[in-house]
Amino acid sequence: MTSAPEHLDPALRVEALASLLAERGLVDEATVETFIKTYEQSVGPMNGAKVVAKAWTDPDYRARLLADGTAAIAELGFKGPQGEHIVVLENTPAVHHVVVCTLCSCYPWPVLGLPPSWYKDPAYRARVVREPRRVLSEFGLDLGDEVEIRVHDSSSEVRYMVLPERPAGTEGATQEELAALVTRDAMVGVAKVASP
Amino acid sequence: MTGPGGHSDTAYLLDSAGPAAPPRDNGELVFAAPWESRAFGLALALHDAGRIDWEDFRRSLVAVIDTWQAAHPDGEGWSYYECWLRSLELVVDSKGLVGAADLRARLDALASRPAGHDHGNDHGHDHE
Repeated sequence: MTSAPEHLDPALRVEALASLLAERGLVDEATVETFIKTYEQSVGPMNGAKVVAKAWTDPDYRARLLADGTAAIAELGFKGPQGEHIVVLENTPAVHHVVVCTLCSCYPWPVLGLPPSWYKDPAYRARVVREPRRVLSEFGLDLGDEVEIRVHDSSSEVRYMVLPERPAGTEGATQEELAALVTRDAMVGVAKVASP
Repeated sequence: MTGPGGHSDTAYLLDSAGPAAPPRDNGELVFAAPWESRAFGLALALHDAGRIDWEDFRRSLVAVIDTWQAAHPDGEGWSYYECWLRSLELVVDSKGLVGAADLRARLDALASRPAGHDHGNDHGHDHE
């Protein structure tokens, strides 16, 4: 058989690669497992939700977050790979931000975890740039024509996170209660945060 | 077909609220198969150990995705983690960590294992 490896079963290819890397002492199996567990269980959108809830209730924090996303996010203990240059975009009644990575899948891991499959999909990556209003509508988010939509292309230099609008009816809510309302989709900009 | 990549087909977008929805919270599935998580973990571990540069890996991933998309304009058969795995294979080869020929030989050895049998020429498999 001389077929290129990309035509072989990926599970077998991963096994072959992993066994060679382990034999050569290039990766430590425990480290691999730790990374997998971390991103499966500990790092996810609930981190970003805490950031958003704090920004909604603490104007000084909100200002710091918009001025230097990475630093303000690190204040809450969220840092790590893909979190070096996070820029936070604030949605308002007049301007709605939505995030994409047109080239691959750049995404702010420390606050949102790993990207969902639709974010990595070629269709989303191409279409949200060309016809954002329509794509958002397909996500169930119909924005009036008076709302300006800005599409932001994440890259290795900048990874974007959206600070959604605080929903009505949450005036007396605690940060914890607010964080429970915030979804991943709202922090990518394909949804709004619904009122409780 | 409602697979990803169908340009005017909106089903894949609506999937974000259906049973195939990607994770919203902690503890939900972020990988579709064990090999995906392993390919992910290997790349991070190699970077963590200083064996690969993340930007090299990302550039490779962008190129692999671009090549795939050019060859599959309808998006049929898209697999993000297959692109990820291919990028990883290319980067470890270019860094001289695991050459393509060595990988090929190991693949052939693994593929020729008797079904349901994990020994034979699989010397590398001595996990605790």
